[in-house]
Amino acid sequence: MKLFDLSLSETHALLKKGEISSRELTQAMLDRISSLDASLHAFLYVDAASALAQADKADKRRKAEPTSENPLLGIPLAVKDVLTISGMPCTCGSRILEGYMPPYTATVVKRLEDAGMVILGKTNTDEFAMGSSTENSAYGVTHNPWDLACVPGGSSGGSAAAVAARLVPAALGTDTGGSVRQPASFCGVTGLKPTYGRVSRYGLIAYGSSLDSCGVLGRSADDVASVFSAMAGHDPLDATSQTVPLDNIKFNDGQDLHGVRIGVPKEYFIKGIQAEVEALVQAAISVLQGRGAQIREVSLPHTEYALPVYYLIAPAEASANLARYDGIRFGPRVDGENMLDMFTRTRGGKFGDEVRRRIMLGTYALSSGYYDAYYGQAQKVRTLIKRDFEQVFQEVDAVACPVAPTTAFRIGAHGDDPLAMYLEDIFTLPANLAGVPGLAFPVGFDGVGLPVGMQLMGSHFAEASLLKIVHAYQQATTWHQYMPNLG
Amino acid sequence: MPISLQEVEHIAALARLELTDCEKERYTQQLSAILDHVAQMQKLDTSAIQPMAGVFMAENLLRADESRTGLSPEILLSTSAQKDKSQFKIPPVFE
Repeated sequence: MKLFDLSLSETHALLKKGEISSRELTQAMLDRISSLDASLHAFLYVDAASALAQADKADKRRKAEPTSENPLLGIPLAVKDVLTISGMPCTCGSRILEGYMPPYTATVVKRLEDAGMVILGKTNTDEFAMGSSTENSAYGVTHNPWDLACVPGGSSGGSAAAVAARLVPAALGTDTGGSVRQPASFCGVTGLKPTYGRVSRYGLIAYGSSLDSCGVLGRSADDVASVFSAMAGHDPLDATSQTVPLDNIKFNDGQDLHGVRIGVPKEYFIKGIQAEVEALVQAAISVLQGRGAQIREVSLPHTEYALPVYYLIAPAEASANLARYDGIRFGPRVDGENMLDMFTRTRGGKFGDEVRRRIMLGTYALSSGYYDAYYGQAQKVRTLIKRDFEQVFQEVDAVACPVAPTTAFRIGAHGDDPLAMYLEDIFTLPANLAGVPGLAFPVGFDGVGLPVGMQLMGSHFAEASLLKIVHAYQQATTWHQYMPNLG
Repeated sequence: MPISLQEVEHIAALARLELTDCEKERYTQQLSAILDHVAQMQKLDTSAIQPMAGVFMAENLLRADESRTGLSPEILLSTSAQKDKSQFKIPPVFE
């Protein structure tokens, strides 16, 4: 029995019957990480002792609550290294936070710890979540488990690779411009970006505060739903968190999709998409239709402006959020002759290339004389993008489209061309700008064995409906069950 | 070019980033390419559109004026590179 390749409900059944313990399960995952992560580099930090202690606690708790139906009790979890956990280092993939030990734990992590999940460690990320490949991590790139020469996607590449390789059944990621959905797609796993404000950002080290969303990656919509249900919901510590109540997500097996209206936005099926990506996405849409969903063409007319709008708003917000890294209160310091020197040497020296580029872009967009033309205009076009979604969700329940124009590209493929890298995000950015939820899931493999994903986007707070649609798809197909052959 | 080397130097100073000459030239080129691309957004007529600062904008969210325990000075200082007793140690602000 491959302990590492069970669903959360299968694992829960074994734990409940006492056939396995959380300690055994956790040890199995730790052993798998020891043997495989050297070639993947999905993890930046693993704390085996702490994990086993948490597992023992979960086992004790289960003895005291033998009939517990909590699907997360004793289940291992990995956390992207932009979420703080007291007692574990948090680098955000950056040298400017090298050695930083956060004094507090992020709300989402705390909720999952309270549910009894066992935190194994922190996963690799593009620096400050800025990137689409995890190549911008200052601590080395993560390799795609399906082809080690390829990127896992980014910025939650470590989390996606860890789930794909079955090093952990679920992992937390963050999605500001696609950083949960795109790596999920590149690694063949299921990844949810919730509605903005659905999940607390307290303890999520900020990149773009009006765009950041904490999400979850797992082997299936079922598994993702279990973790999401425990972590989401209002948090008084996050002033942007919303009070809309969570739906009780109940999957009805043999569920059909009669009555579900799915829109296919023509602006997402443009020239330049890899042929197999388009073909597999269309095939998946046919499967949904076969289950009873009504498919119709829709339009999101301002889609092409998502990229310019995002690459002004996100860097602008980042330039403000990253101003705090000054070598004084946290992280290392580079000494200078005076205060100003200390700031410029610490920041210039410790921030990586992409981070410095975005700080500069943002500073420029907000600077006197340029503010209205760049940042001001971008905020207005953002309204138009959000409106497109509000209008489309009056006609359909969900929108189906590709996650990325291609499958995973080779490490180094985008060399020194930042704009080429930004163009990887064109299909994921709109959801962050509009604040709508997006769920990515695997729909097949291309000719060289790389996973292809697609996404469903829904109206604000409609995560349950998206998860149910993907659950129905995953009942009818087996793509989500494949795992890479890592020896 | 939408952005000049001098502007890049000015922005780097505003953002407190020390860059090498080589980096300044590279960023000038890269930022120009990016700004060229984002310029397409300028052609949209947004005169009647409200700017969007965030997805859901709330009014001031207040809590009761009751004190809560925060993090101790020891914990807060523990993350700092240089400290002296209960203070962060920094270079002089004034010459």
